[in-house]
Amino acid sequence: MRDLVEESGLVIETQGLRISRRGQSLLDVPNLRLGGPGPTVILGPNGAGKSLLLRCLHGLIQADAGTVRQNGRALDAEERASQAMVFQRPVMLRRSVAGNLDFVLRRRGLNRAQRQARIAALLAEGGLPSRARQGARSLSVGEAQRLAILRALATEPEVLFLDEPTSALDPGATQAVESLVLRASARGVRIVMVTHDIGQARRLAADVVVMMGGQVVEHGPAAQVLDDPASGAVRRFLAGELIF
Amino acid sequence: MQNFAQEMQAAFALVLAGDSELLGIVGLSLRVSLFAVLCAALIGMPLGAALAVGRFPGRRAMVVLVNALMGLPPVVVGLIVYLMLSRSGPLGVLQLLYTPTAMIIAQVVLVTPIIAALTRQVVEMLDAEYAEQMRSLGLSRLATVPVLLWDGRVALLTALLAGFGRAIAEVGAVIIVGGNINHVTRVMTTAIALETSKGNLALALALGAVLIGIAVAVNALVSLLGARSRAEALAHA
Repeated sequence: MRDLVEESGLVIETQGLRISRRGQSLLDVPNLRLGGPGPTVILGPNGAGKSLLLRCLHGLIQADAGTVRQNGRALDAEERASQAMVFQRPVMLRRSVAGNLDFVLRRRGLNRAQRQARIAALLAEGGLPSRARQGARSLSVGEAQRLAILRALATEPEVLFLDEPTSALDPGATQAVESLVLRASARGVRIVMVTHDIGQARRLAADVVVMMGGQVVEHGPAAQVLDDPASGAVRRFLAGELIF
Repeated sequence: MQNFAQEMQAAFALVLAGDSELLGIVGLSLRVSLFAVLCAALIGMPLGAALAVGRFPGRRAMVVLVNALMGLPPVVVGLIVYLMLSRSGPLGVLQLLYTPTAMIIAQVVLVTPIIAALTRQVVEMLDAEYAEQMRSLGLSRLATVPVLLWDGRVALLTALLAGFGRAIAEVGAVIIVGGNINHVTRVMTTAIALETSKGNLALALALGAVLIGIAVAVNALVSLLGARSRAEALAHA
Protein backbone atom coordinates (compact mmCIF):
# COMPACT_ATOMS: atom_id res chain seq x y z
CA MET A 1 0.00 0.00 0.00
CA ARG A 2 1.25 3.43 -0.86
CA ASP A 3 2.00 6.04 1.73
CA LEU A 4 -0.98 8.33 1.37
CA VAL A 5 0.71 11.31 2.99
CA GLU A 6 3.55 11.11 0.51
CA GLU A 7 1.12 10.57 -2.37
CA SER A 8 -0.93 13.61 -1.58
CA GLY A 9 2.28 15.57 -1.67
CA LEU A 10 2.72 14.93 -5.37
CA VAL A 11 2.87 18.22 -7.24
CA ILE A 12 2.98 18.86 -10.98
CA GLU A 13 3.60 22.40 -12.08
CA THR A 14 4.23 24.34 -15.24
CA GLN A 15 6.54 27.29 -15.65
CA GLY A 16 6.06 29.56 -18.63
CA LEU A 17 4.69 26.78 -20.80
CA ARG A 18 4.04 28.04 -24.34
CA ILE A 19 3.29 26.47 -27.70
CA SER A 20 2.46 28.40 -30.84
CA ARG A 21 2.15 27.50 -34.49
CA ARG A 22 2.28 29.96 -37.39
CA GLY A 23 2.10 32.89 -35.04
CA GLN A 24 -1.01 31.57 -33.29
CA SER A 25 -0.77 30.73 -29.61
CA LEU A 26 -2.07 27.21 -28.93
CA LEU A 27 -1.01 26.92 -25.32
CA ASP A 28 0.01 29.54 -22.81
CA VAL A 29 0.09 28.25 -19.25
CA PRO A 30 2.58 30.34 -17.27
CA ASN A 31 2.09 28.77 -13.85
CA LEU A 32 -0.34 25.97 -13.18
CA ARG A 33 0.15 24.02 -9.98
CA LEU A 34 -1.60 20.67 -9.56
CA GLY A 35 -1.33 19.42 -5.98
CA GLY A 36 -3.64 17.77 -3.50
CA PRO A 37 -4.83 14.19 -3.44
CA GLY A 38 -8.07 14.24 -5.40
CA PRO A 39 -8.71 13.97 -9.12
CA THR A 40 -8.04 17.05 -11.19
CA VAL A 41 -10.41 17.56 -14.09
CA ILE A 42 -9.41 19.80 -16.97
CA LEU A 43 -12.55 21.20 -18.56
CA GLY A 44 -13.14 23.28 -21.64
CA PRO A 45 -14.50 23.34 -25.16
CA ASN A 46 -12.82 21.65 -28.12
CA GLY A 47 -9.61 23.33 -29.16
CA ALA A 48 -9.08 24.89 -25.74
CA GLY A 49 -5.67 23.23 -25.47
CA LYS A 50 -6.68 20.61 -22.89
CA SER A 51 -5.16 17.63 -24.68
CA LEU A 52 -2.10 19.65 -25.60
CA LEU A 53 -1.55 20.58 -21.96
CA LEU A 54 -1.98 16.95 -20.91
CA ARG A 55 0.62 15.84 -23.46
CA CYS A 56 3.04 18.46 -22.19
CA LEU A 57 2.51 17.37 -18.59
CA HIS A 58 3.25 13.78 -19.66
CA GLY A 59 6.27 14.77 -21.75
CA LEU A 60 4.81 13.52 -25.03
CA ILE A 61 5.16 16.99 -26.55
CA GLN A 62 8.03 19.36 -26.06
CA ALA A 63 6.74 22.89 -25.54
CA ASP A 64 8.31 25.79 -27.42
CA ALA A 65 9.12 27.42 -24.13
CA GLY A 66 8.81 26.67 -20.44
CA THR A 67 9.09 23.55 -18.33
CA VAL A 68 7.00 20.98 -16.53
CA ARG A 69 8.14 19.88 -13.11
CA GLN A 70 7.00 16.99 -10.99
CA ASN A 71 7.81 17.33 -7.29
CA GLY A 72 10.23 20.08 -8.22
CA ARG A 73 12.16 17.95 -10.69
CA ALA A 74 12.19 18.43 -14.44
CA LEU A 75 10.46 15.64 -16.37
CA ASP A 76 13.21 13.12 -17.04
CA ALA A 77 12.88 9.44 -17.89
CA GLU A 78 12.49 8.54 -14.23
CA GLU A 79 9.71 11.03 -13.59
CA ARG A 80 7.98 10.03 -16.80
CA ALA A 81 8.11 6.37 -15.79
CA SER A 82 5.99 7.31 -12.75
CA GLN A 83 3.31 8.59 -15.12
CA ALA A 84 0.88 6.78 -17.39
CA MET A 85 -1.63 8.00 -19.93
CA VAL A 86 -4.91 6.78 -21.40
CA PHE A 87 -5.92 8.19 -24.76
CA GLN A 88 -9.27 9.23 -26.16
CA ARG A 89 -9.15 6.34 -28.61
CA PRO A 90 -7.83 3.30 -26.78
CA VAL A 91 -4.79 1.83 -28.52
CA MET A 92 -5.24 -1.94 -28.48
CA LEU A 93 -2.16 -4.02 -29.25
CA ARG A 94 -2.86 -6.85 -31.71
CA ARG A 95 -2.79 -9.39 -28.92
CA SER A 96 -5.18 -10.95 -26.47
CA VAL A 97 -6.64 -8.92 -23.61
CA ALA A 98 -4.23 -10.63 -21.21
CA GLY A 99 -1.43 -10.10 -23.75
CA ASN A 100 -1.98 -6.33 -23.63
CA LEU A 101 -1.39 -6.35 -19.87
CA ASP A 102 1.45 -8.86 -20.16
CA PHE A 103 3.26 -6.50 -22.54
CA VAL A 104 3.56 -3.86 -19.83
CA LEU A 105 4.27 -6.26 -16.97
CA ARG A 106 7.01 -7.98 -18.96
CA ARG A 107 8.71 -4.63 -19.52
CA ARG A 108 8.66 -4.10 -15.77
CA GLY A 109 10.63 -7.33 -15.37
CA LEU A 110 8.04 -9.40 -13.53
CA ASN A 111 8.44 -13.16 -13.77
CA ARG A 112 5.79 -15.41 -15.26
CA ALA A 113 4.02 -16.25 -12.01
CA GLN A 114 4.00 -12.63 -10.89
CA ARG A 115 2.65 -11.53 -14.24
CA GLN A 116 -0.15 -14.07 -14.23
CA ALA A 117 -1.21 -13.10 -10.73
CA ARG A 118 -1.13 -9.42 -11.61
CA ILE A 119 -3.08 -9.97 -14.85
CA ALA A 120 -5.78 -11.88 -12.98
CA ALA A 121 -6.03 -9.12 -10.38
CA LEU A 122 -6.19 -6.36 -12.98
CA LEU A 123 -8.82 -8.13 -15.09
CA ALA A 124 -10.93 -8.66 -11.98
CA GLU A 125 -10.52 -4.98 -11.13
CA GLY A 126 -11.79 -3.97 -14.58
CA GLY A 127 -14.55 -6.58 -14.79
CA LEU A 128 -12.91 -8.33 -17.74
CA PRO A 129 -11.82 -11.77 -16.42
CA SER A 130 -13.93 -13.64 -18.98
CA ARG A 131 -12.25 -11.71 -21.78
CA ALA A 132 -8.64 -12.69 -20.95
CA ARG A 133 -7.97 -14.82 -24.01
CA GLN A 134 -10.05 -12.82 -26.45
CA GLY A 135 -8.38 -10.61 -29.07
CA ALA A 136 -8.15 -7.11 -27.61
CA ARG A 137 -9.36 -5.54 -30.84
CA SER A 138 -12.61 -7.47 -30.68
CA LEU A 139 -13.61 -5.77 -27.42
CA SER A 140 -16.36 -3.17 -27.39
CA VAL A 141 -15.15 0.45 -27.18
CA GLY A 142 -16.09 0.62 -23.50
CA GLU A 143 -14.27 -2.60 -22.67
CA ALA A 144 -11.27 -1.48 -24.71
CA GLN A 145 -11.08 1.77 -22.78
CA ARG A 146 -11.24 -0.15 -19.49
CA LEU A 147 -8.43 -2.39 -20.72
CA ALA A 148 -6.41 0.69 -21.69
CA ILE A 149 -6.86 2.02 -18.14
CA LEU A 150 -5.90 -1.35 -16.63
CA ARG A 151 -2.81 -1.45 -18.84
CA ALA A 152 -1.88 2.05 -17.67
CA LEU A 153 -2.42 0.99 -14.05
CA ALA A 154 -0.23 -2.07 -14.64
CA THR A 155 2.74 0.29 -14.82
CA GLU A 156 2.02 1.21 -11.17
CA PRO A 157 1.89 4.92 -11.97
CA GLU A 158 1.89 7.69 -9.41
CA VAL A 159 0.10 9.92 -11.92
CA LEU A 160 -2.52 8.80 -14.43
CA PHE A 161 -3.43 11.18 -17.25
CA LEU A 162 -6.70 10.51 -19.05
CA ASP A 163 -7.58 12.32 -22.27
CA GLU A 164 -11.38 12.30 -22.70
CA PRO A 165 -11.54 8.57 -22.00
CA THR A 166 -15.34 8.45 -22.12
CA SER A 167 -16.08 10.76 -25.04
CA ALA A 168 -17.23 7.86 -27.25
CA LEU A 169 -18.98 5.86 -24.51
CA ASP A 170 -22.61 5.43 -23.49
CA PRO A 171 -23.66 6.11 -19.88
CA GLY A 172 -23.17 2.51 -18.72
CA ALA A 173 -19.68 2.25 -20.14
CA THR A 174 -18.87 5.74 -18.86
CA GLN A 175 -19.91 4.71 -15.36
CA ALA A 176 -17.65 1.64 -15.51
CA VAL A 177 -14.69 3.78 -16.55
CA GLU A 178 -15.41 6.42 -13.89
CA SER A 179 -15.60 3.89 -11.08
CA LEU A 180 -12.31 2.39 -12.23
CA VAL A 181 -10.75 5.83 -12.16
CA LEU A 182 -12.19 6.67 -8.75
CA ARG A 183 -10.93 3.40 -7.24
CA ALA A 184 -7.45 4.12 -8.58
CA SER A 185 -7.67 7.60 -7.09
CA ALA A 186 -8.72 6.16 -3.74
CA ARG A 187 -5.62 3.93 -3.82
CA GLY A 188 -3.48 7.02 -4.15
CA VAL A 189 -2.96 7.33 -7.91
CA ARG A 190 -2.96 11.02 -8.82
CA ILE A 191 -5.61 11.48 -11.52
CA VAL A 192 -5.48 14.26 -14.11
CA MET A 193 -8.36 13.93 -16.55
CA VAL A 194 -9.45 15.95 -19.54
CA THR A 195 -13.13 16.11 -20.41
CA HIS A 196 -15.68 18.46 -21.92
CA ASP A 197 -18.45 16.76 -19.97
CA ILE A 198 -19.42 19.11 -17.14
CA GLY A 199 -21.43 16.39 -15.40
CA GLN A 200 -18.36 14.19 -15.34
CA ALA A 201 -16.39 17.00 -13.75
CA ARG A 202 -19.04 17.25 -11.02
CA ARG A 203 -18.92 13.50 -10.39
CA LEU A 204 -15.14 13.10 -10.27
CA ALA A 205 -13.26 16.29 -9.62
CA ALA A 206 -11.64 17.49 -6.42
CA ASP A 207 -10.28 20.45 -8.32
CA VAL A 208 -11.21 21.81 -11.73
CA VAL A 209 -9.09 23.59 -14.32
CA VAL A 210 -11.09 25.42 -17.00
CA MET A 211 -9.27 26.16 -20.24
CA MET A 212 -10.24 28.38 -23.14
CA GLY A 213 -8.18 29.48 -26.09
CA GLY A 214 -5.06 27.75 -24.86
CA GLN A 215 -5.15 29.46 -21.48
CA VAL A 216 -6.20 28.47 -17.98
CA VAL A 217 -9.08 30.80 -17.20
CA GLU A 218 -9.97 29.32 -13.84
CA HIS A 219 -8.53 26.79 -11.39
CA GLY A 220 -9.82 25.92 -7.96
CA PRO A 221 -11.77 23.45 -5.83
CA ALA A 222 -14.52 21.76 -7.84
CA ALA A 223 -17.41 23.18 -5.86
CA GLN A 224 -16.11 26.71 -6.18
CA VAL A 225 -15.31 26.60 -9.90
CA LEU A 226 -18.43 24.69 -10.92
CA ASP A 227 -20.94 26.52 -8.72
CA ASP A 228 -19.52 29.98 -8.40
CA PRO A 229 -17.02 30.67 -11.17
CA ALA A 230 -15.24 33.99 -11.11
CA SER A 231 -15.06 34.47 -14.85
CA GLY A 232 -18.10 35.34 -16.97
CA ALA A 233 -16.92 33.15 -19.83
CA VAL A 234 -16.66 30.14 -17.52
CA ARG A 235 -20.11 30.86 -16.14
CA ARG A 236 -21.55 30.89 -19.66
CA PHE A 237 -19.68 27.69 -20.56
CA LEU A 238 -20.95 25.92 -17.45
CA ALA A 239 -24.46 27.17 -18.09
CA GLY A 240 -24.38 25.25 -21.32
CA GLU A 241 -23.86 28.08 -23.76
CA LEU A 242 -22.05 27.06 -26.90
CA ILE A 243 -18.63 28.57 -26.45
CA PHE A 244 -15.94 27.99 -29.06
CA MET B 1 -8.79 -32.14 -79.12
CA GLN B 2 -8.13 -35.84 -78.81
CA ASN B 3 -4.46 -35.04 -78.30
CA PHE B 4 -5.07 -32.51 -75.58
CA ALA B 5 -7.28 -34.87 -73.62
CA GLN B 6 -4.65 -37.57 -73.86
CA GLU B 7 -1.91 -35.18 -72.77
CA MET B 8 -4.02 -34.09 -69.81
CA GLN B 9 -4.54 -37.68 -68.83
CA ALA B 10 -0.83 -38.36 -69.09
CA ALA B 11 -0.10 -35.24 -67.08
CA PHE B 12 -2.30 -36.26 -64.18
CA ALA B 13 -0.83 -39.74 -64.32
CA LEU B 14 2.61 -38.15 -63.87
CA VAL B 15 1.43 -36.08 -60.92
CA LEU B 16 -0.38 -38.95 -59.25
CA ALA B 17 2.47 -41.39 -59.84
CA GLY B 18 4.92 -38.96 -58.25
CA ASP B 19 7.19 -39.05 -61.30
CA SER B 20 10.76 -38.65 -60.08
CA GLU B 21 11.78 -36.11 -62.70
CA LEU B 22 8.70 -34.07 -61.92
CA LEU B 23 9.35 -34.23 -58.18
CA GLY B 24 12.97 -33.24 -58.71
CA ILE B 25 11.99 -30.13 -60.62
CA VAL B 26 9.25 -29.18 -58.13
CA GLY B 27 11.62 -29.74 -55.22
CA LEU B 28 14.34 -27.54 -56.70
CA SER B 29 11.78 -24.80 -57.47
CA LEU B 30 10.52 -24.81 -53.89
CA ARG B 31 14.03 -24.85 -52.42
CA VAL B 32 15.23 -21.95 -54.58
CA SER B 33 12.14 -19.79 -54.05
CA LEU B 34 11.77 -20.46 -50.32
CA PHE B 35 15.41 -19.64 -49.71
CA ALA B 36 15.13 -16.53 -51.89
CA VAL B 37 12.09 -15.33 -49.91
CA LEU B 38 13.92 -16.01 -46.63
CA CYS B 39 16.90 -13.92 -47.76
CA ALA B 40 14.61 -11.20 -49.15
CA ALA B 41 12.72 -11.09 -45.83
CA LEU B 42 15.96 -10.70 -43.86
CA ILE B 43 16.88 -7.71 -46.04
CA GLY B 44 13.43 -6.33 -46.87
CA MET B 45 11.76 -6.34 -43.46
CA PRO B 46 14.40 -4.32 -41.59
CA LEU B 47 14.67 -2.02 -44.61
CA GLY B 48 10.90 -1.53 -44.73
CA ALA B 49 10.72 -0.95 -40.96
CA ALA B 50 13.58 1.57 -41.14
CA LEU B 51 11.79 3.43 -43.94
CA ALA B 52 8.60 3.45 -41.87
CA VAL B 53 9.91 4.70 -38.52
CA GLY B 54 13.27 6.24 -39.41
CA ARG B 55 13.65 9.95 -40.04
CA PHE B 56 16.70 10.50 -42.19
CA PRO B 57 17.51 12.55 -45.30
CA GLY B 58 16.58 10.79 -48.51
CA ARG B 59 13.90 8.67 -46.87
CA ARG B 60 11.13 9.94 -49.15
CA ALA B 61 13.23 9.26 -52.23
CA MET B 62 14.04 5.76 -50.99
CA VAL B 63 10.36 5.01 -50.40
CA VAL B 64 9.57 6.04 -53.99
CA LEU B 65 12.50 3.97 -55.26
CA VAL B 66 11.50 0.83 -53.35
CA ASN B 67 7.90 1.19 -54.53
CA ALA B 68 9.10 1.57 -58.11
CA LEU B 69 11.37 -1.46 -57.83
CA MET B 70 8.33 -3.62 -57.02
CA GLY B 71 7.58 -3.59 -60.72
CA LEU B 72 11.08 -4.56 -61.89
CA PRO B 73 10.91 -6.52 -65.16
CA PRO B 74 12.32 -9.98 -64.34
CA VAL B 75 14.16 -10.26 -67.67
CA VAL B 76 16.08 -7.08 -66.93
CA VAL B 77 16.97 -8.35 -63.46
CA GLY B 78 18.13 -11.58 -65.07
CA LEU B 79 20.28 -9.66 -67.50
CA ILE B 80 21.88 -7.52 -64.79
CA VAL B 81 22.56 -10.47 -62.50
CA TYR B 82 23.93 -12.35 -65.53
CA LEU B 83 26.34 -9.50 -66.29
CA MET B 84 27.45 -9.34 -62.65
CA LEU B 85 28.07 -13.08 -62.45
CA SER B 86 29.44 -13.71 -65.94
CA ARG B 87 33.10 -14.57 -66.16
CA SER B 88 34.17 -11.03 -67.00
CA GLY B 89 31.71 -9.46 -64.56
CA PRO B 90 32.61 -8.03 -61.14
CA LEU B 91 31.46 -11.20 -59.35
CA GLY B 92 32.70 -13.58 -62.04
CA VAL B 93 35.36 -15.10 -59.80
CA LEU B 94 32.63 -16.64 -57.65
CA GLN B 95 31.64 -18.83 -60.62
CA LEU B 96 27.98 -18.72 -59.68
CA LEU B 97 26.48 -18.42 -63.14
CA TYR B 98 24.20 -21.35 -64.03
CA THR B 99 23.91 -22.51 -60.42
CA PRO B 100 20.85 -22.50 -58.14
CA THR B 101 22.63 -19.79 -56.15
CA ALA B 102 22.47 -17.49 -59.17
CA MET B 103 18.74 -18.11 -59.43
CA ILE B 104 18.32 -17.35 -55.74
CA ILE B 105 20.22 -14.07 -56.17
CA ALA B 106 17.96 -13.05 -59.07
CA GLN B 107 14.82 -13.89 -57.11
CA VAL B 108 16.10 -12.04 -54.03
CA VAL B 109 16.57 -8.94 -56.19
CA LEU B 110 13.00 -9.30 -57.46
CA VAL B 111 11.33 -10.09 -54.15
CA THR B 112 13.17 -7.80 -51.72
CA PRO B 113 11.46 -4.60 -52.97
CA ILE B 114 8.05 -6.24 -52.64
CA ILE B 115 8.66 -7.30 -49.06
CA ALA B 116 10.33 -3.98 -48.16
CA ALA B 117 7.53 -1.87 -49.63
CA LEU B 118 4.73 -3.91 -48.05
CA THR B 119 6.56 -3.98 -44.70
CA ARG B 120 6.94 -0.20 -44.80
CA GLN B 121 3.21 0.22 -45.44
CA VAL B 122 2.22 -2.13 -42.63
CA VAL B 123 4.66 -0.71 -40.09
CA GLU B 124 3.90 2.90 -40.99
CA MET B 125 0.15 2.45 -40.54
CA LEU B 126 0.60 0.64 -37.25
CA ASP B 127 3.11 3.21 -36.06
CA ALA B 128 0.64 6.04 -36.68
CA GLU B 129 -1.69 4.30 -34.24
CA TYR B 130 0.90 3.13 -31.70
CA ALA B 131 3.48 5.93 -31.55
CA GLU B 132 2.05 8.02 -28.70
CA GLN B 133 1.05 4.99 -26.64
CA MET B 134 4.53 3.50 -26.96
CA ARG B 135 6.16 6.79 -26.04
CA SER B 136 3.84 7.03 -23.07
CA LEU B 137 4.95 3.57 -21.97
CA GLY B 138 8.56 4.73 -22.18
CA LEU B 139 9.65 2.86 -25.32
CA SER B 140 12.22 4.52 -27.56
CA ARG B 141 11.59 4.67 -31.31
CA LEU B 142 14.03 1.81 -31.82
CA ALA B 143 12.39 -0.31 -29.11
CA THR B 144 9.04 0.25 -30.81
CA VAL B 145 10.14 -1.49 -34.03
CA PRO B 146 9.95 -5.11 -32.76
CA VAL B 147 6.52 -4.36 -31.29
CA LEU B 148 5.31 -3.01 -34.62
CA LEU B 149 6.71 -5.99 -36.52
CA TRP B 150 5.15 -8.46 -34.12
CA ASP B 151 1.77 -6.75 -34.06
CA GLY B 152 1.84 -6.49 -37.85
CA ARG B 153 2.64 -10.18 -38.16
CA VAL B 154 -0.46 -11.19 -40.09
CA ALA B 155 0.01 -8.49 -42.71
CA LEU B 156 3.74 -9.20 -42.87
CA LEU B 157 3.09 -12.88 -43.49
CA THR B 158 0.87 -11.79 -46.36
CA ALA B 159 3.82 -9.79 -47.70
CA LEU B 160 6.05 -12.87 -47.51
CA LEU B 161 3.49 -14.97 -49.35
CA ALA B 162 3.15 -12.29 -52.02
CA GLY B 163 6.93 -12.40 -52.41
CA PHE B 164 6.90 -16.18 -52.63
CA GLY B 165 4.19 -16.05 -55.28
CA ARG B 166 6.34 -13.73 -57.37
CA ALA B 167 9.46 -15.89 -56.90
CA ILE B 168 7.96 -19.29 -57.70
CA ALA B 169 6.11 -18.07 -60.80
CA GLU B 170 9.06 -16.17 -62.24
CA VAL B 171 10.69 -17.42 -65.45
CA GLY B 172 12.51 -14.59 -67.25
CA ALA B 173 15.30 -14.03 -64.74
CA VAL B 174 16.01 -17.61 -63.70
CA ILE B 175 16.26 -18.89 -67.27
CA ILE B 176 18.97 -16.30 -68.00
CA VAL B 177 21.08 -16.81 -64.87
CA GLY B 178 20.24 -20.48 -64.29
CA GLY B 179 20.43 -21.70 -67.85
CA ASN B 180 17.71 -24.35 -67.40
CA ILE B 181 20.25 -27.18 -66.97
CA ASN B 182 18.60 -30.55 -66.39
CA HIS B 183 18.87 -31.73 -62.75
CA VAL B 184 20.86 -28.61 -61.84
CA THR B 185 18.91 -25.44 -62.51
CA ARG B 186 15.73 -26.65 -64.17
CA VAL B 187 12.76 -25.33 -62.23
CA MET B 188 9.06 -25.58 -62.92
CA THR B 189 8.69 -22.45 -65.03
CA THR B 190 11.78 -23.01 -67.17
CA ALA B 191 10.91 -26.70 -67.61
CA ILE B 192 7.42 -25.79 -68.79
CA ALA B 193 8.88 -23.40 -71.37
CA LEU B 194 11.31 -26.05 -72.60
CA GLU B 195 8.98 -29.06 -72.61
CA THR B 196 6.30 -27.09 -74.43
CA SER B 197 8.73 -26.14 -77.19
CA LYS B 198 9.82 -29.79 -77.38
CA GLY B 199 6.21 -30.90 -77.70
CA ASN B 200 6.33 -32.88 -74.46
CA LEU B 201 3.03 -31.49 -73.33
CA ALA B 202 2.31 -34.07 -70.64
CA LEU B 203 5.23 -33.05 -68.43
CA ALA B 204 4.62 -29.36 -69.18
CA LEU B 205 0.97 -29.68 -68.20
CA ALA B 206 1.80 -31.69 -65.10
CA LEU B 207 4.26 -29.00 -63.97
CA GLY B 208 1.72 -26.35 -64.85
CA ALA B 209 -0.87 -28.07 -62.69
CA VAL B 210 1.53 -28.22 -59.74
CA LEU B 211 2.51 -24.57 -60.23
CA ILE B 212 -1.10 -23.47 -60.37
CA GLY B 213 -1.82 -25.60 -57.31
CA ILE B 214 0.95 -23.85 -55.40
CA ALA B 215 -0.21 -20.41 -56.61
CA VAL B 216 -3.79 -21.13 -55.56
CA ALA B 217 -2.68 -22.47 -52.19
CA VAL B 218 -0.54 -19.38 -51.52
CA ASN B 219 -3.31 -17.02 -52.56
CA ALA B 220 -5.88 -18.89 -50.52
CA LEU B 221 -3.59 -18.54 -47.51
CA VAL B 222 -3.15 -14.82 -48.18
CA SER B 223 -6.88 -14.17 -48.43
CA LEU B 224 -7.58 -16.33 -45.40
CA LEU B 225 -5.11 -14.33 -43.30
CA GLY B 226 -6.44 -11.09 -44.77
CA ALA B 227 -10.01 -12.04 -43.92
CA ARG B 228 -8.99 -12.89 -40.38
CA SER B 229 -7.27 -9.57 -39.75
CA ARG B 230 -10.14 -7.65 -41.39
CA ALA B 231 -12.60 -9.44 -39.14
CA GLU B 232 -10.53 -8.42 -36.13
CA ALA B 233 -10.40 -4.82 -37.31
CA LEU B 234 -14.13 -4.70 -37.98
CA ALA B 235 -14.96 -6.12 -34.59
CA HIS B 236 -13.17 -3.09 -33.16
CA ALA B 237 -14.80 -0.44 -35.34
